[in-house]
Amino acid sequence: MIRALALILSCQLAGEVGARLLSLPVPGPVLGMALLWALMVLLPRVAEAVMPVGEGILRHLSLLFVPAGVGVVGHLDRLGPQALALGAAILISTALAIAAGALAFTLVARLTGSHDA
Amino acid sequence: MRDVAEIWSYLAQGPLLWLTLTLLAYALADLVAEALGRPPLANTVLISVVLLGLMLWATGTPYATYFEGAQFVHFLLGPATVSLAVPLYRQGARLRRAVLPVLAGVVTGSVVAMISALAIGRALGLDLATLASLAPKSTTAPVAIGIAEGLGGSPTLAAVLVILTGITGALIATPLLDALRLRDWRARGLAVGTAAHGIGTARAFQVHPTAGAFAGIGMGLNAILTALLAPVVLRLFL
Repeated sequence: MIRALALILSCQLAGEVGARLLSLPVPGPVLGMALLWALMVLLPRVAEAVMPVGEGILRHLSLLFVPAGVGVVGHLDRLGPQALALGAAILISTALAIAAGALAFTLVARLTGSHDA
Repeated sequence: MRDVAEIWSYLAQGPLLWLTLTLLAYALADLVAEALGRPPLANTVLISVVLLGLMLWATGTPYATYFEGAQFVHFLLGPATVSLAVPLYRQGARLRRAVLPVLAGVVTGSVVAMISALAIGRALGLDLATLASLAPKSTTAPVAIGIAEGLGGSPTLAAVLVILTGITGALIATPLLDALRLRDWRARGLAVGTAAHGIGTARAFQVHPTAGAFAGIGMGLNAILTALLAPVVLRLFL
């Protein structure tokens, strides 16, 4: 478990360093995710060791957003007189984006015959 | 017996109290959501945030004090993002069969999220600095903050809008996708991860493992896409 955790953190560290060295617009952890994925594909033994630990961290992914969410409560007044316009923009555009993204996936899946097994 | 106020002031100095209360609030929220059969409106993030917000307000505790305890939970966001490689690896075969649909879904979701938010915002009279903070709202917080700053927006406002978007996406995704009769877990997850980043992805994992894995892909790809496209799209609204 310690080795798997060390590997996950090492990927994050490498991602942070890599993103800054190469001035990539991607956050370090996202680059770290790509790195860990490549390692798992190349080395099945690594994959076996990392899977239970990674799944353990992801089991309560929602919890990890709570501190940032609490921070938002204190900044809600920053929205000020624009709160209504911002709320409308967020609600409508998020609904449109979810619908459009899911429809585009479904349409292209049908055209290319990509069935879910 | 010692004075309660004395014990409080001792506890308020260390991280133990608010770390414990964060976990307890989440455990309670999870229990409530479970008891109600996990309806989309009983979102565990939203319930925990409201509970903790009320506690901070009632005790007059500043956010900085709260965060000293909560930072240990917050820190795990990084390793959790890296760990999204695990469901990605598990679903590898599925993903290889769906490369084109995934790209179509992410590009469409990303562009629609930005253009519709900016169009609505401008129609309702938002100024340019606010629009710049709004443009990257569907992507993960660190990317959104960087983009908003680069475009002349406010990093704090961008972070607030990112979280509000995530919670909104987690709340509306299930009823919306049900109404559209879209039952493919890959399409549902990908769209939610693209439009509502990690909070949407967390919700997708609660609903179905395939949806969760594809949400993680959507979130990761949209982080890259938004960084590339946001400056171009915002220019359309100058």
